[in-house]
Amino acid sequence: MTALELENISKRYFLGENRATSIRDLLTAVATGRRRSRREIWALKNITFSVAEGETLGIIGHNGAGKSTLLKILSRITRPTTGTGKIRGRVGSLLEVGTGFHNELTGRENIYLNGAILGMRRSEIETKFDEIVEFSDLEKFLDTPVKHYSSGMYMRLAFAIAAHLEPEILIVDEVLAVGDINFQRKCLAKMRDVGESGRTVIFVSHDMQAVTRLCRRAFWLRGGEIVRDGPAAETVAEYLHEQSQTGSFKSWPDDASAPGNEFVRLRQMRVCDEHLKTLSAADIRRPVIVEITYQVLQGGKILIPNLHFFNEQGVCIFVSHDWFSGWRDRPRKEGLYVSRVRIPGNFLSEGWIYVGVAVSTYKPLTVHFAEWDAVTFNVVDNMEGDSARGDYAGVLPGIVRPVLDWTTEQM
Amino acid sequence: MDRRELLYFLTRRDIAVRYKQTLIGAAWVLLQPLVSTLILTVIFSAFSRFDTGAAPYPAFVLCGILVWLFVYSAVTTASNSFVGNVNLVTKVYFPRLIVPLAATFAAGFDFLVGLPILAAALLYYDVSISASLLLAPLFIFLVLLQTAAFGIMFAALNVRYRDVKFALPFFLQIWMLASPIFYPAAIIPEKWRLLFAINPLTGLLEGWRSSVFGSSFDWRLIGISTVATFVLFIAAIAVFRSMEDDFADDI
Repeated sequence: MTALELENISKRYFLGENRATSIRDLLTAVATGRRRSRREIWALKNITFSVAEGETLGIIGHNGAGKSTLLKILSRITRPTTGTGKIRGRVGSLLEVGTGFHNELTGRENIYLNGAILGMRRSEIETKFDEIVEFSDLEKFLDTPVKHYSSGMYMRLAFAIAAHLEPEILIVDEVLAVGDINFQRKCLAKMRDVGESGRTVIFVSHDMQAVTRLCRRAFWLRGGEIVRDGPAAETVAEYLHEQSQTGSFKSWPDDASAPGNEFVRLRQMRVCDEHLKTLSAADIRRPVIVEITYQVLQGGKILIPNLHFFNEQGVCIFVSHDWFSGWRDRPRKEGLYVSRVRIPGNFLSEGWIYVGVAVSTYKPLTVHFAEWDAVTFNVVDNMEGDSARGDYAGVLPGIVRPVLDWTTEQM
Repeated sequence: MDRRELLYFLTRRDIAVRYKQTLIGAAWVLLQPLVSTLILTVIFSAFSRFDTGAAPYPAFVLCGILVWLFVYSAVTTASNSFVGNVNLVTKVYFPRLIVPLAATFAAGFDFLVGLPILAAALLYYDVSISASLLLAPLFIFLVLLQTAAFGIMFAALNVRYRDVKFALPFFLQIWMLASPIFYPAAIIPEKWRLLFAINPLTGLLEGWRSSVFGSSFDWRLIGISTVATFVLFIAAIAVFRSMEDDFADDI
């Protein structure tokens, strides 16, 4: 069953003084029979997609790519210029949390008001009232006007209400980017529950980790068009690849640009799976192989390739040298070499890994080239329960994430 | 989807917000018609006397003022209901009509709160109540319908044309003077009476007052105003419907 189907949706906006915004303009336009010259832009161009019932879809893209416009069309806030859409089921959209909140009203009053605005029935709000209050952690301030709340409390209350909205189709825009880490974690877990309960979720975010964690499928909007639609991890990887201009594959075909010197030059580098297929998203449970291809231009030197792995925070996770493949004290001959290192599964933590590469000689120490951020790849946890994450959906810190042996005995 | 609950909560919000953070809260609702009545009574008792039949002039004025204050505040707040709540338009979807309707109903609440003063005035002046009082709710309903019509129309127009904000005070001022609030419609010469009835509030005010004071009904006037009220309401809904899809883009 499809929950929603859009066909050839386009949306046009006019820039600048688009419409007559005062009666005078309107009269002038009518009298002179002329319209002001107006510049049009198409925020969306022929968007066609469908979402299956129970599917979790992520939408990513730069600012101005049309994400918000698309969400507004899905939520019926604005109508498309052309195209048709079919939606089956009750839609709840969270383009903002706390819509309709009034400062003079108490927390309690705002829960009812905002709940109703979001489309909850009164009986529904009443049933969930205690849960909402508990989620927000604001029991003591329930009868205080929200104008006396700190901004953190305000957002917590607003999100607590939003989190208890249970429509058949949930549309969420970037609302997770609020609150402290603990609260964000709570929200992510809650959204995950919603997705797992069989409801359809459409989620726009700049937080790529959240998208890969919450969504199976994602599409990427650029200039009002869908440029990529597929498994979330792959879409995110491609998106980031484009953003950083580095990906899991890089090659240096000409000598001028290739890192290196008169002894050795880097030719190609890639990240692949155990079958040597280039990948950009690595399943956290599977091994990853990093491959370096380099040309030795003058023979006679001992050359040791080494790789440096950094995480998104720029922390060096580890460095690995090729001491072990038999070239530790064997001078190289001229020719093309390929070195590979295998990183076991259940070792790296989730997120982006940036790989730097160098080829060095150690006696005496010479670095022939060192290329930082040569390739990147994304480690993704699909949360099927057999990774180190287990059943925990929240933010899991740590530079590495091994699966370790545990024993527990009842004494 | 049934959104009556939302209408209820938005109305309650509009009411609550009006009374919170004011020192004397609900007293303002009573003070406004009382002071207006006092001023008008003093002015018109000194300068000219209208023939208000069996109705004592202060009670007569109070009766009209209560309705007018409702119309005034309902049309004003409803007209600004979108412009003053942009996020309700751009961040969420529900039938938009609810927003100006809630503003209208909230003003209606003030009217209800003011009714006991009218009752007190009737007792004080020893006005005898007749069976025609049973028709009073009908006229109030028609006033509500007409007020909602203006509120809905102006609210929609205001989203695109901010001129509404400037034009509205003039419109309301003229409307008040053209309505038989502090004078009876009977003072208008017969030949101008129909022209006077162009103001669709005329017949309803007259009807409402006749039912309160038990005087005879001017059915022709009432009939014209009633038809006008329904036509206005349908027109307002049509204007609203034709514009509401673009609210989020225009606002």
